[in-house]
Amino acid sequence: MTAPKVDPEAPAIEIRDLHKAFGDNEVLSGIDLEVGQGDVVCVIGPSGSGKSTLLRCVNLLEEPSSGDVFVEGIQVTDPDVDVDAVRSRIGMVFQQFNLFPHLSVLRNLTIAQQRVKKRDKSECEGIARANLDKVGLSDKADAYPAHLSGGQQQRVAIARALSMEPDMMLFDEVTSALDPELVGDVLAVMKQLANEGMTMMVVTHEMGFAREVGDDLVFMDGGVIVEQGNPRDVLGDPQHERTKAFLSKVL
Amino acid sequence: MAMSPRKRARLSRGIQYVVLVVLVLVAIALMDWGRIQEQFFNLDSARTMWPDVILIALKNTIIYTACGFGFGLLLGLVLALMRLSSVGPYRWLSTGFIEFFRGVPALVVFIALDIGISLAFPGYAVPGDKLGIATLALGLVGGAYMAETIRAGIQAVPKGQMEAARSLGMSHTRAMISIVIPQAFRIILPPLTNELILLTKDSSLVYVLGYTSAQVELTAFGRETLNQERNLTPLVAIALCYLLITIPLSIVVRRMEARSGRAR
Repeated sequence: MTAPKVDPEAPAIEIRDLHKAFGDNEVLSGIDLEVGQGDVVCVIGPSGSGKSTLLRCVNLLEEPSSGDVFVEGIQVTDPDVDVDAVRSRIGMVFQQFNLFPHLSVLRNLTIAQQRVKKRDKSECEGIARANLDKVGLSDKADAYPAHLSGGQQQRVAIARALSMEPDMMLFDEVTSALDPELVGDVLAVMKQLANEGMTMMVVTHEMGFAREVGDDLVFMDGGVIVEQGNPRDVLGDPQHERTKAFLSKVL
Repeated sequence: MAMSPRKRARLSRGIQYVVLVVLVLVAIALMDWGRIQEQFFNLDSARTMWPDVILIALKNTIIYTACGFGFGLLLGLVLALMRLSSVGPYRWLSTGFIEFFRGVPALVVFIALDIGISLAFPGYAVPGDKLGIATLALGLVGGAYMAETIRAGIQAVPKGQMEAARSLGMSHTRAMISIVIPQAFRIILPPLTNELILLTKDSSLVYVLGYTSAQVELTAFGRETLNQERNLTPLVAIALCYLLITIPLSIVVRRMEARSGRAR
């Protein structure tokens, strides 16, 4: 197994001519995208447009059918690359939270640190508690996920990803399963992360977040990137008919 | 006289109680209570069994069952993981094994391992004497049943759990061990306990292997004492011993279910 070096000069994520098909159903039809270090790129589009699949191809939860994905200069689509090592540098937060229900909140945050990063227990717990504090849930360390509200669970999920000290974060419609009044807390945490310089790729329906926090906005439809640019420009003055049609429905 | 539905329901319930009470009274009147006490609850017979029924027979039943269950659980887990393997031949092997040992009576497996093996391979015997054969036989049969339960449990864990674990950098194996399998076992705790209860009773088959007085388990002990004492008291005693194992098991599981219900 090769151990390629992280290239500090390379873009955080670089996607080249990415195709993905499930059987006969082509979900991604040639995506080219670059996410610079420290950038926040928001991906919007109608459901079924392939935006979640695109995100999941970055950390290889989905195997691309063809094309290349580079993370910090390492070609993750190379069959020889250590996928687990790459994934441990990419945090991911899911729509359905996916907290481990049989483990306490603290254990949710320490188990991967201990098993993957081989940190000792006190170091793990120190990092975990700092991240719980960051998402405003330091008093929930000993609770179990089922005892938390959706918004709290999602903040724990963010803290869990952060505890691996990743170089970048992927957010997959993280507020879509939340009650409306709980969305704000989660977005606030994400905004704080962005302000700290975290590289983020965010699949979202929150246009306000995209406009305010995003450096770059990508509109996808039918497995291709239809329009891309400064969020204010794309949202305020969309160039393509499909973008206009989509935005007129959601704004 | 017209009766309201509610009144009619009350009357019907009253009649049911009366019928029950009459039946019980008739049964009491007709029973030969002296004979029942002598045959089923004979204190002299009970005294001759004490304390061997507990210290030897119950103990051996528990040992046979525990060893068989332990081996069966391990085997069941391996078979379940083989069933879920992406390598075809592992799946086929596992399926064939499960179908075979679920379909064959446990008694046949006992006989095959005891007499069959020594006939087929002269000079060779299953190591560990009676306990070795019992463990192997109970484990093979129990494992085949448990494999399907464990597989269902693993598949019942939401896919997002594996994805979340992998996204944190865990390998597939690590994610299975730390995240998926613990949750699967929580889900299948009740059916697994049923398996343990069934295995407790199957352990009575050990008596076809023959036994010394130190190896005797509950059923063989009961049968032997029945022959000596010429009454049913030994069977009542061993029945109570079996319940002594199975009822606490049910209670423990109910507790665990309540706790994992809170944690989920």
